[in-house]
Amino acid sequence: MAAAGKISVASRDVLALRLLVALVIFGAWEAMSRSGLFYGEVVPSLLKIGASLIKLLLDPIFYRNLQVTALETMLALAIGAGAGITTGIVLGANRFLMRAFEPYVYYLSPTPRIILFPVMIMWFGVGPASKIALGALSAFFAIALSTAAGMRQIDPILIRVGRSFRANIWQMAMKIYLPAMRVPILNGLRLGMGTAIITVLLGETKLSNQGLGYLIMQIYTRFDMPGLYALLITIFVIAGAVNALIGHFARD
Amino acid sequence: MAETFLRRRAPELFGVATLVASVLVFEALVRGGVVNRYIIPPPSDILLAFERVIVEEHILTRCRDTAIEMIIAGGASVLVGVPIGALLYRSSLWRRAMEDWIGALAAAPIVLAFPLFLVLFGRSPKTIIVMGFVHGLAPIILKTVEGLASTRPVLINVGRSLKMTPSQMFWKILFPSALPVIFTGIRLSWTFVLITIVGVEYLINLGGLGQLINELAERYDLPGTYAGICFVVMVSVLFFVALERVEAWLQPGR
Repeated sequence: MAAAGKISVASRDVLALRLLVALVIFGAWEAMSRSGLFYGEVVPSLLKIGASLIKLLLDPIFYRNLQVTALETMLALAIGAGAGITTGIVLGANRFLMRAFEPYVYYLSPTPRIILFPVMIMWFGVGPASKIALGALSAFFAIALSTAAGMRQIDPILIRVGRSFRANIWQMAMKIYLPAMRVPILNGLRLGMGTAIITVLLGETKLSNQGLGYLIMQIYTRFDMPGLYALLITIFVIAGAVNALIGHFARD
Repeated sequence: MAETFLRRRAPELFGVATLVASVLVFEALVRGGVVNRYIIPPPSDILLAFERVIVEEHILTRCRDTAIEMIIAGGASVLVGVPIGALLYRSSLWRRAMEDWIGALAAAPIVLAFPLFLVLFGRSPKTIIVMGFVHGLAPIILKTVEGLASTRPVLINVGRSLKMTPSQMFWKILFPSALPVIFTGIRLSWTFVLITIVGVEYLINLGGLGQLINELAERYDLPGTYAGICFVVMVSVLFFVALERVEAWLQPGR
């Protein structure tokens, strides 16, 4: 009982400190905004950002572009996950192939993927396909590596049980490997989703006529700073929420 | 002896052989007209383009530009991130309050905010450096806290029994013990910094290696674009391998 009381006091302190920090940041922002030290609307007032946020969330154009980005990201993730999970299972199940090919996947995974965008444009054109391809490629590495690591952590007893039942490759994958690798695969999907969202949006900022990345560039061109802050906050919240949602399933 | 080496290294050799075979198959497909050479140039053309890209596109100057941005942004991340991590370690309340927020910062798609940074800092290397710095900060803070918090209690007790001052405790016990974990944070951070810097250079067409790819693509110099991309990928891989080697050297037991 006393311990529970102590924990709740500690949690209250944490909450109070967070509120205090948030208030200090917002106060400092507002002071900067009103100081006149910054050119034009570079640091707009929080009220203006709030008003732009409401305007953005009531604007059908936002939802039209959100739909495009969401569709591109989902397709990118589906393709990247399909290829990544298959590659991960193959590399994780076979030591020879793991030693032959996993270093390439591992060392190519932290390279800046956006530089492949010109190639994607040449291969798939300037439409959504090039963004989907780039997103799929980004998601692939995280998912493949996570799946391969997950494969190696499967309890060997489960694999022996499957083999003793003479399960074929498909049955082994569906009944043994995939259920035993739920957490690493979901973690891979979480990382893959994060990189897919970023690369799809970056592709849209570079060359597109639809999607949230395109909307960012439109607002930037109009120099609508409160609108730009509002859109970036919305994108950060959406990306964070998707990340937290997949993370929640990975923990359960 | 050679036979033993071949047998021991068979998987790696198979990987390299597959890569070489894939390149040769592409060469044949492009030269045979099966694959359009205006979409994928023959690999031999890409190989020949390397010399042109290195000599005519001043690749060393571009590497230097990217490296300078990288050193400033990466160095600033360490200089700011490690003290913040150390301060957070000293107060468990601050640590609990801020750790989730810093974790969210690490996962946030900061690179998307490049138009905002362009307005704030102009179309100059400053924008690229600040974006790299912001992206690289969170992993160092988190890993510094983790490293300091994972110091073995026996070492702290030794420090206490020697009546060390807080400063001596930090510099003689806590910091050396946390250094390997802090370096893991530096590796993650600098990988983020490199990705951000090259990515932003490409997006805003300014600076070093990222701009090179944008320029080659805009000129529709296909072999040059592919060669440029291969070069940047090689630089990234070498950078990543070097960081891994240093990390392994700092953690000999792992």
